[in-house]
Amino acid sequence: MGVRSWFEGWPVYRQLTGTDPLGRGAAAKSDGSRALTARTDTADSMARSVCPYCAVGCGQRVFVKDGQVSQIEGDPDSPISRGRLCPKGSASKSLVTSPLRQTTVRYRRPYGTEWEDLDLDTALNMIADRVLAARDETWEDVDAEGRPLNRTLGISSLGGATLDNEENYLIKKLFTAMGALQIENQARI
Amino acid sequence: MAEAHPVGFQWVMEAKRRGAKVFHVDPRFTRTSALADSYLPIRAGTDIALLGGVVRYILDNELDFREYVVAYTNAATIVTEEYADTEDMHGLFSGFNDDNATYDQASWRYEGHSQNQTTRDSETQRETAAGLENESHGAPVGGETQRDETLQHPRCVYQILKRHFARYTPEMVERVCGIPQEKFFELARAWTENSGRDRTGMLVYSVGWTQHSVGVQYIRTGAIIQLLLGNMGRPGGGVMALRGHASIQGSTDIPTLFNLLPGYLPMPHHAEHPTLDKWVDSIAHPGQKGFWGNARTYGVNLLKAYWGDAATADNDYCYGYMPRMTGDHGTYQQVLDMIDGKIKGYFLLGQNPAVGSAHGRAQRLGMANLDWLVVRDLFMIESATFWQNAPEIETGEIAPERCRTEVFFLPAASHVEKEGTFTQTQRLLQWREKAVEPPGDARSELWFFYHLGRVIRERLATSTKPRDRALLDLAWDYPTHGPNVEPSAEAVLREINGYDVATGRPLASFTEMKDDGSTVGGCWIYTGVYADGVNQAARRKPGSEQSLVAPEWGWAWPANRRILYNRASADPDGNPWSERKRYVWWDADKSEWTGYDVPDFEKTKPPSYRPEHGASGVAGIAGDDPFILQGDGKGWLYAPTGVLDGPMPTHYEPVESPVRNPLYRQQANPTRKVYTHPINTLNPSPPEPYSQVFPYVFTVSRLTEHHTAGGMSRTVSPLAELQPEMFVEVSPELAAERGLTHLGWAHLVTARAAVEARVLVTDRLTPLRVDGRVIHQVWLPYHFGFEGLVTGDSANDLFGISLDPNVLIQESKVGTCDIRSGRRPRGAELLALVVDYRRRSGDLNPHYPPQVTTDSADSGPDQEV
Repeated sequence: MGVRSWFEGWPVYRQLTGTDPLGRGAAAKSDGSRALTARTDTADSMARSVCPYCAVGCGQRVFVKDGQVSQIEGDPDSPISRGRLCPKGSASKSLVTSPLRQTTVRYRRPYGTEWEDLDLDTALNMIADRVLAARDETWEDVDAEGRPLNRTLGISSLGGATLDNEENYLIKKLFTAMGALQIENQARI
Repeated sequence: MAEAHPVGFQWVMEAKRRGAKVFHVDPRFTRTSALADSYLPIRAGTDIALLGGVVRYILDNELDFREYVVAYTNAATIVTEEYADTEDMHGLFSGFNDDNATYDQASWRYEGHSQNQTTRDSETQRETAAGLENESHGAPVGGETQRDETLQHPRCVYQILKRHFARYTPEMVERVCGIPQEKFFELARAWTENSGRDRTGMLVYSVGWTQHSVGVQYIRTGAIIQLLLGNMGRPGGGVMALRGHASIQGSTDIPTLFNLLPGYLPMPHHAEHPTLDKWVDSIAHPGQKGFWGNARTYGVNLLKAYWGDAATADNDYCYGYMPRMTGDHGTYQQVLDMIDGKIKGYFLLGQNPAVGSAHGRAQRLGMANLDWLVVRDLFMIESATFWQNAPEIETGEIAPERCRTEVFFLPAASHVEKEGTFTQTQRLLQWREKAVEPPGDARSELWFFYHLGRVIRERLATSTKPRDRALLDLAWDYPTHGPNVEPSAEAVLREINGYDVATGRPLASFTEMKDDGSTVGGCWIYTGVYADGVNQAARRKPGSEQSLVAPEWGWAWPANRRILYNRASADPDGNPWSERKRYVWWDADKSEWTGYDVPDFEKTKPPSYRPEHGASGVAGIAGDDPFILQGDGKGWLYAPTGVLDGPMPTHYEPVESPVRNPLYRQQANPTRKVYTHPINTLNPSPPEPYSQVFPYVFTVSRLTEHHTAGGMSRTVSPLAELQPEMFVEVSPELAAERGLTHLGWAHLVTARAAVEARVLVTDRLTPLRVDGRVIHQVWLPYHFGFEGLVTGDSANDLFGISLDPNVLIQESKVGTCDIRSGRRPRGAELLALVVDYRRRSGDLNPHYPPQVTTDSADSGPDQEV
């Protein structure tokens, strides 16, 4: 290494003579950091998304590498958020890739003391059985004066404000056809 | 706002840089207070007294924007002489019925109206939370009114308002709220100075306003001020509700709520809506003015969307399939019914009531008494593991081997693992693209409900029971794709938008809907989101390449309109109020409304248009009536019908308060929804004895680093690290009074529960001088529970269940408590502690403060005596 290249490798020199007078970019780089590339540059794809926490609706860009979420950033194009995310929004990648996430069905039988495993399709069919049974046992055709009721008060549901409009639409449509009235969500809270 | 909606707060800071003055009113000094020009500490639960003081200040000094007020509000409208005010009735309005604690609203009506057009009695309206139907339109009222535009008639709304708020003086504001008068004057001056042709002011609130037994009236008071100052329908104005979940607006518009159908149509009631005709007439009210005249069209399009080809004119479009309400079927009634063994099965879809709902113990005991429970979530939340880890295990109230509830935990797909729309807090729909497949068994709700419906319909395929027709005839053929057989969210969005049955062409606007079955539309207010067959919610033209309105980013309901009632941004003649506040105006050359936003008015109706006598529907709205979803086209300073606890807001104390109401003998909201269930015992409040057993006010809110009940934040390591522990903030004065040490432990006790927290002694909380005495307030975050990376007692366990009568939302932003040094007792001793407090505060029977206190012998601070 010559004296000149040694001297030009000094960050202060580069800061004073280069294009980075504040020393927050190129001037501060080492050989190691110079070789790094951003995850956003090497991503296979990017999805335009929206933050899942509060209702401000900040834009997110979700970067994917090898089928996994590799980075989530604020979307600078959004006129709502202009690229910013708060601590929760910034933690979205940790949310969706958290090792604590449950990825299999869990089942606790009546009076059971432990969780058990259950196949998804089996669970779906068991739930359908229970919905139909509860509906049959609690069905009300008419009121005391013979006016239609067409309903069950034996089934309840809670939640919807974290879900998509399309999901809320299908939930309400199916439960209404089923006669299940007692559908509520966070908007009541 | 800086705490709970930080990225939205950037716009407040932007406005401040341009000269706006920012005021922050909160019981606790927060990150928002630190950045505001002025901070007003307030006693929790007294906002109507503060805002009522501002209303009085405006009226006494005639600082209202008079041109706007006369033309666009009902200030000039004359009210019947039968009306009697709280001024004369110790805090009650005329029409109060002691038997069921509701108002007959007839005496509140406008002069010359034979009766209010509401078909439901007030008790049914309360039981069915009918106030929510007004989210997209005003309560029904006749359009032709008697007016005195000089505002001098003693029974015109302006004069009634003036008299109603006469006692809300700056001295009274100080006495009720604990806000020094100079602080009050600073706020009132700044607010009124930003009013008129050239200036506007904006009001922002969050859940701190809605979770009260008078929550709707809080917002009404804000709306009155904003109307008086001409701040509605104009840029830089408005009442902005900052909501707390990504699509909580969407789940209200397309409601998973018991009393609503999509687009704010009411769920049918067994007595009032026996037929399709009666149902739509109860919404449209034949002869009524405004856009709700088309209710039949919206109703028929929904029924066609639900039952497709089976829905025909001959069978009233399958209206008969609809389930019927008979009363209150809300979430708190459900929980009490679970405790009583009346409910068999419960679905929890991304909600965690064991932590997030009021009276956590009631929530958990209810869940422990079901046949089955289905929890769909990203993480193993408290509401899934209550049978194993709830605090009631330690007290012996729940034991796994005695708990019969069968629990299914089904993992859910996250927001990046499915596509669909969220509706954010300003009615803006934004489509999310899918980034990756969900892991393992995780699935979207779209998948789960589509396939649950498919399996159920297969099981019933051969059924001949009439009750099963509604399921078998359901239009449930959605295209699916991929290895998981995922239904198409775009196909569902297209159905929500609506289309022409014969051609399949998506509708561009709800004005294209027909009431003859030839069009289909699942949610009329969302029509246009799929106009031209294009997913308008997916539009992403960068904000930097658009006007400030940014109309090509996403899509807002209705009709991509970004400011509602924006006709009011022009003067009665259709000209901008000022160049500075130009937004939407009448272009006389082209004979149409134009501007930066989609005009919220019929495009070619001139400002000079006047309806013929007896005109109904949209034709009944005059060319200078901007509030087109109100029957009289006016912004309501006074609500002649539809608000169950009074035509104007009145300060009532919270249900649990250490203070006798300084304004009226009537202590608390007399029409609040009360649940008399043994588990729902409440703390006594004046004028009852023993309220001093619970001498302190507590309130709860959010931290920046956590989200609601913690299911999406206490499970995420960076967030858990930032806020690792449950704590309670207390003032140095209270710490001295109760012997609490910084970073030590304390526990709080109510008639429901005792919870413990680490103590943070801070001057962010300040003792308030209220009605001649010092009131201490404490603050807690409500995010903590017993699962996740960081755990702690749940603040919501402290609350009882008392609801606002209009919307059945619980009072969970204020209550009374005691606070003691040290950790709470464990096991049976914990139950004994709560029992001891109940014994000391009266007796062991469940306790409910009286609804009406106007006859109370106690006349101490009552201003009227």
